[in-house]
Amino acid sequence: MTQATPLPPQSTKIVLRAEDVWKSYDDGAIEVLKGVDFTGVAGETVALCGPSGCGKSTLLHLLGGLDEPDHGLIAVNGTELNRHSSPLRLLRHEVGFVFQLHNLIPDLTLEENCLIPTVASGLPRKQAMERLRELTDRTGLSHRLGSKIQKLSGGERQRTALCRALMNRPRILLADEPTGSLDEKTSATVFDLLLEIAANEGVTLVMATHDRSLAARCGRLIEMRDGRIHEPV
Amino acid sequence: MIFFKLILTNLLRHRIRSVVSIAGIAFSVAAMLTIVTVLQGAVAMFSGILSSDSQLIVFERNVSDLFFSSVPASAEQAIAAWPMVEHADPVLFGIVSSADHPIITCFGITRDDARLRKATWVQGNRTAFGKGANDIVLGQTAADFMSTSEGKTVQIGHGSFHVIGVIKTANGFEDGGVFMPLEAAQAFFHKEGSSSVITIKLRSKEDVAAFKARVRSGFPNLIALEDSEFERSYSQFKILKATAWAVGGCGLLLGGLGVANTMIMSVFTRIREIAILRVNGFSNGQIATMIFGESAFVSVLGAVVGLSIGTVFLFALKLIPALHGYIDTSVQPWVVGVVILLALATGVAGALYPALYAMKIRAVEALRFE
Repeated sequence: MTQATPLPPQSTKIVLRAEDVWKSYDDGAIEVLKGVDFTGVAGETVALCGPSGCGKSTLLHLLGGLDEPDHGLIAVNGTELNRHSSPLRLLRHEVGFVFQLHNLIPDLTLEENCLIPTVASGLPRKQAMERLRELTDRTGLSHRLGSKIQKLSGGERQRTALCRALMNRPRILLADEPTGSLDEKTSATVFDLLLEIAANEGVTLVMATHDRSLAARCGRLIEMRDGRIHEPV
Repeated sequence: MIFFKLILTNLLRHRIRSVVSIAGIAFSVAAMLTIVTVLQGAVAMFSGILSSDSQLIVFERNVSDLFFSSVPASAEQAIAAWPMVEHADPVLFGIVSSADHPIITCFGITRDDARLRKATWVQGNRTAFGKGANDIVLGQTAADFMSTSEGKTVQIGHGSFHVIGVIKTANGFEDGGVFMPLEAAQAFFHKEGSSSVITIKLRSKEDVAAFKARVRSGFPNLIALEDSEFERSYSQFKILKATAWAVGGCGLLLGGLGVANTMIMSVFTRIREIAILRVNGFSNGQIATMIFGESAFVSVLGAVVGLSIGTVFLFALKLIPALHGYIDTSVQPWVVGVVILLALATGVAGALYPALYAMKIRAVEALRFE
């Protein structure tokens, strides 16, 4: 099994930063994050652990620019998202997302699903295809390029989602329970792949998970409870 | 390519719904094309009657319908004598009926009228026209539907007339009409000493302005218009054209509502998919382009199918014996252009709300709750 990536000495550059972040829903009735502070440095792997509803997914969404905090600061690669007029640049070039459910478009093939981010970013077709071949070779999906999503197994779907998230060579990968819908064996395989690719591509991986054994293999484990980062380990 | 596939995929995913939308636009376009073409053709034919070997038309000022225009014979004689005038042909229009045909256009004309000169004489000849008060010449279509021919007597309105000839003309109205000597028509319609219009041919086109000015000063109750001016300004033509576009537009509006419904359903049933595209970096513009692309595809395909259906329908109308000669099926390119543009505009308008809704979808909420 692939082990967690040790931080290279030069990788002390902070690529993700959250300062005193608050987030609530239903006009403040449901407080999800209550003053979270977090930093992620280039190339590290971070596991966010904690019970359901503790705010792991919300924190990932805020770090990826999918949502805005009620209060506090989020910065990606030194750019404050609060002052960022559009999260598009972030979503196209700096951050990749992997969700618990693969969130692939069922009527498209594996290849077409993976090419979606390159359509959004305007990456030339030739370069996009080269990148796709590189990623599918690594994830063992090169023989399934023309397959519709319905024809893929759960593990293949999640590996496809991983390929799609990495198509535009993001420096940060945010994974929300990426193995949560898979059986134990497939889960271990996908997680190995996640760590391996993160290490090879020098990507900062922040992953929310319930699985303590998987979390333990990350470079850093952060415990969240009741909307706060409770005890860095 | 993937972008186009995203557009097509959704249309193919709901095939029945897409086909119904395309059919809605297609039938609207077909209806619009048919109505507009038939009425444009009718207007062109009527204009053709007036512009037969002439440049100008003189008629009573401020009449809403040429059938009610009354130009005194004295005016016709005076104008015909002007040096700039090559010939002036008085025409009296009337509507008559026969046993099986409630409406037949009747033309009271002189023997020298261009209609008789330019027509192909299928039976009889022009020299006999005007010699007898009850002699008439029929257009070939009129002769066919009255089942009559040269030498026979036909009942038209309250009178019996002797057919002295049958002519073939390119104009449907003329071909389905009855030609009477002017004096006979004046007596028949109780309009002695007047005609509906005078069609004028000048010796030189340079004299048009001078002619119009002379009519204005010499005959204040009359007006002289060039043929093109008349076609633009005649209120009956305006009403016909406006009606055609309005009826066709209503049809297209209904088709547009169908497209709007399809696009609303299209967006509402794939909120999660749109959220996925957002997470993968799709901009508002790209999402909107996808929705408008779908709508434009439906509209243009519907317009193409509709134009085909409309063209076939026009040819079918032309084949109906009772309408023979009255339907001009030559579809004007500009009409096709306008119909396609209107269909496209309708489709885009129908996609406006769905596109705005899609642009407001927040990925994080859609992915959390869908």
